[in-house]
Amino acid sequence: MQRRDFIKQLAASGLIGMPWFEAHAAPAKKVQGRVVVIGAGYAGTTLAKYLRIWSGYGIEVVVIEQNTQFVSCPLSNLVLGGSRSINDLTFGYDLLQQHHGIQWVHDQVTHIDTTARKVTMRRGEMTYDRLVIAPGVDFNYSAWPEMQHAEAQRLVPHAWKAGPQTVNLRQQLESMPDGGVVVISIPKAPFRCPPGPYERTCQVALYLKQYKPKSKIIVLDANPDIVSKKALFLNAWKALYPGIVDYRPNSTVLHVNPVTREVETEFEHVKADVLNIIPPQRAGKPAQMAGLLNVDSNWCAVDFRSYASTIASEVHVLGDAVFSPQPKSAHIATSHAHVCANAIVAIMSGQEPDPEPVFANTCYSFVSDRMAVHVANVYRYDAEKKLMVTMDGGGLSDAPSDLEGTYAQSWARNIWSDALT
Amino acid sequence: MRFPVYTRFWSGLLLLSATGVYAEPASFPAHTLTLAASCAVCHGTNGHSATGFLSLAGMDAPTFVAKMQAYRTGSQAATVMHQHAKGLTEAEITALAEYFSVQPPQAVIEPQAQPLDLQHE
Repeated sequence: MQRRDFIKQLAASGLIGMPWFEAHAAPAKKVQGRVVVIGAGYAGTTLAKYLRIWSGYGIEVVVIEQNTQFVSCPLSNLVLGGSRSINDLTFGYDLLQQHHGIQWVHDQVTHIDTTARKVTMRRGEMTYDRLVIAPGVDFNYSAWPEMQHAEAQRLVPHAWKAGPQTVNLRQQLESMPDGGVVVISIPKAPFRCPPGPYERTCQVALYLKQYKPKSKIIVLDANPDIVSKKALFLNAWKALYPGIVDYRPNSTVLHVNPVTREVETEFEHVKADVLNIIPPQRAGKPAQMAGLLNVDSNWCAVDFRSYASTIASEVHVLGDAVFSPQPKSAHIATSHAHVCANAIVAIMSGQEPDPEPVFANTCYSFVSDRMAVHVANVYRYDAEKKLMVTMDGGGLSDAPSDLEGTYAQSWARNIWSDALT
Repeated sequence: MRFPVYTRFWSGLLLLSATGVYAEPASFPAHTLTLAASCAVCHGTNGHSATGFLSLAGMDAPTFVAKMQAYRTGSQAATVMHQHAKGLTEAEITALAEYFSVQPPQAVIEPQAQPLDLQHE
């Protein structure tokens, strides 16, 4: 039964006029309106759930998602190493919908009109009071025209959105002869999951060490140095995978031949047997449709007290699409969702959002099948800088450990439970 | 005498009708709800952990505060919590302690993994 129908029935029964009902239904009664959420990754699912809970199930929440399944990027590098299957990381959205009365639309957004407050999809359209766009990242292949076709991206997978691309890259590793060369190309920061490419290097190295020990990995990093957890990854490569990882900084890929799997940088020509190009990224397509990419034409600037776009105040942007100094991680994406959900409830109740939100980030990376490392920080809104700033005390693991590997697996189970049920 | 009974019954029914599962104590400020939800990523929804991490739900408030103080001073070793504990204010730690102490017992629900549809984009 819809809540509104329930209240109608109560009204008909005469109960709704009783003082105790008014008093206790108050939070749900005051906060009304429709919020449309585009994208059901970590940020979108979390936003939808907490918006329902914190509005006392008053706000109507509609999620538009083009895929029927949720596939976790966290842990997906383990599929390459072989300790996890993609089927361990794939889930449905049914429990989330049922538990929280979230309306679900399986469709693809084709147009967003922020003036008319209307979202158009392939099979329909919908108006909103507030819109939340949690679009993840879009891959920008404009530097390599030769990579823009689907077939090229099959030959040279990015595997930077977990799913068939992850399976494809794993299969290419399995098909590669011993003695082959795996090339991993890393774009200039910012990109989704800063430690991810280096964790991936560990996972591919783990596979090669076990099954193709004459093979090696060349990492072509467009950045001047390892972007995240540097010492931990360097030590892991040296201690666990000696002779396998050849790391080359300042190596931007200029040209790609997807058929022969050859790349050119400013300095060299490299031929790969398996070529994994993680492309440059920008805010996902729905954010582009709404015209919200106002930082370097790639990312969306927001008010960190509400995640409202600085261009359209009734449109909120969450997760990896946001321009911020924080890492583009799943934990951060859910934190954006928590702040945004609270802010929307406040705004729709005629109140001010929390002026100084605080949240934490814990990000684990696996250096083998069992051992993990982490980076952890607390972030607090700074009214002068208008940014979330890093609090003192945060930091990294001292060294990889099995204990942190166990925690990393537990982290995944708890965030899946929180975001998907 | 009848009021409290009715209140519990009807407000419980209202939530159940919409949701079936969850109820949120509404008396905490947004600041605390955001922070507690940030904890939930590792420690489970409202502090109900499925596995690995300590469940915070129902922990009495003085115990919570004492643990956080021990992480801050370093008298309690940790992999991560010594780093998080230092980033919070005393008032935030107290508020989190109160929040988790009043969370009622609740079964942890985990989503079921399923085979990937290869049409996924």
